[in-house]
Amino acid sequence: MSVLVFTENWDGKFKKLSFELVSYASKVAEMLGTTATALSIGNVANDELTKLGGYGAKKIINLKNDALSILDSQAYTAAIAEIAQKEDAKVIVVANNNMGKSIAPRLSVRLKAAIGSGVSKLPVSTEPFVVYKRVYSGNAFANVVLKSEIKILTLMQNSFDLAETTNEATIEEGSVSIDGAMVKTQVNDVQKQTGKLLLTDAEIVVSGGRGMKSADNWAPLLELADLLGGATACSRPVSDEGWRPHEEHTGQTGKIVAPNLYFAIGISGATQHLAGVSASKYIVAINTDKDAPIFEAAQYGIVGDAAKVLPKLIEAVKEAKAK
Amino acid sequence: MKVLVCISNVPDTTTKVKFTDNNTKFDANGVQWVINPWDELALTRALELKDNAASGVKSVTVVHVGLATAEPTIRKALAIGADDAIRVNLEPSDAYQVAAQIAEVVKTEQYDVVLCGIESSDFNGSTVGSMIAEFLQYPSVSAVSGLSFENGQAVITREIDGGKESVSVPTPFVAVVQKGIAKEPRIAAMRGIMQARTKPIKVVEPVPVDALTEVVSFEPPQPRAKCVFVDADNPAQLVELLQNEAKVI
Repeated sequence: MSVLVFTENWDGKFKKLSFELVSYASKVAEMLGTTATALSIGNVANDELTKLGGYGAKKIINLKNDALSILDSQAYTAAIAEIAQKEDAKVIVVANNNMGKSIAPRLSVRLKAAIGSGVSKLPVSTEPFVVYKRVYSGNAFANVVLKSEIKILTLMQNSFDLAETTNEATIEEGSVSIDGAMVKTQVNDVQKQTGKLLLTDAEIVVSGGRGMKSADNWAPLLELADLLGGATACSRPVSDEGWRPHEEHTGQTGKIVAPNLYFAIGISGATQHLAGVSASKYIVAINTDKDAPIFEAAQYGIVGDAAKVLPKLIEAVKEAKAK
Repeated sequence: MKVLVCISNVPDTTTKVKFTDNNTKFDANGVQWVINPWDELALTRALELKDNAASGVKSVTVVHVGLATAEPTIRKALAIGADDAIRVNLEPSDAYQVAAQIAEVVKTEQYDVVLCGIESSDFNGSTVGSMIAEFLQYPSVSAVSGLSFENGQAVITREIDGGKESVSVPTPFVAVVQKGIAKEPRIAAMRGIMQARTKPIKVVEPVPVDALTEVVSFEPPQPRAKCVFVDADNPAQLVELLQNEAKVI
């Protein structure tokens, strides 16, 4: 028996999400009295793979197969299922991101494994196997029993604390019986932003709403995000107006984020917006309307016009940084 | 080409979520039901494709797994422009059950393209679409923000971490769509509402498939601490709190 965790890499490197996944899988393995095995697919150097051991993985399977060089959901599913069976995995952990969402449900059907999707906490219990998950777009949580022998858990990004250990993992070369004939997806073109902090990776997010009044007023938000090493985001009306790109839209139908700190500036806090940001650890709201619902979700608030408050806030951050 | 759009019937997004029966059941009292927002975008895109003869899309069918109480939502999809509808007569317990039923419908009716929204706003699972594909052994593409057809070939845009990819898969396939697939959901016009009354909703009985999960109880979200207000003229105090109290900067 084991817990298998699929750790995606980005051009051969892991990121915090990978370590969150391994930390989570190791803790689940502890609950079950077993160990966590990490599966890496693609070209990742040994010194990078070793890092996964530092978060509790006992074994790392290094799987290189040309059929997996692009994301084809069928090929990935077949590969992970084969490894899971070889490893006698009773729990499979994957990220609740674009990659995870394209694989985990297929694995669920293939292995007849119940899926606990978008978990942010350890299972409530293992006998029966109960997970606690966000439902009704963050307006409630549910305790869900996973009734199958094998379980799949998809972990929300930025929701589980890293658990560093002095553990060292063994690295094994993996192999699977899949080939290129299985791959139906053809990638024609890739457009990637490089060198920019991704909104979903950011620990600090500075987000603006309709209260910013115009696309021309975004400079102080960008400056604040830059100063704090964060990313910028926006509410739906802002991306609909074209003031900011759609990739920055946080909210129910946009991106769901869970940073340590979320600045909601000129955002009233409609249910749909809160659905995407309520998992943030701290929310700071700046709004002219003292009755705006965003203040009910925020820990810290300033009632005032962003155009006047932001320059002062930026100065205050600079001063604090200088100390 | 025949397109199937899977629709879920969900509480309106502004609903105050409450539970009954000792927090084991959703309290549907006074709730307004709507087409799940992502499914509505999927339907809109399917209809846009049908409007464009060059796409090769000839018909758009919607499918829903649920009881007759969901018929107003199905009628709304027909009013927006779907040609016909299928309802699988089952109150489903989980995504696995829903996907198994829809896969059965696809097997019988043979669609070329199956569209699903990336999640439903009630269970937020993001699972049904790709599950259907695995049941059928069809290719699936998730996080799809663009779909068109060029010379009979699907051209799909999918979101990846920090970017986009343009991909193709052969039909039949399942596309799991998200924001961007259509600009705004299409709204039913009066003519559509009239026509919807006579469009067919075929009711099929479910195939026996057990759910793999079961909700044992619901909980409200943890109440957040009351907001601490800082004077607009003194943001330095906010910075101080973020540094020393919250310890997040």
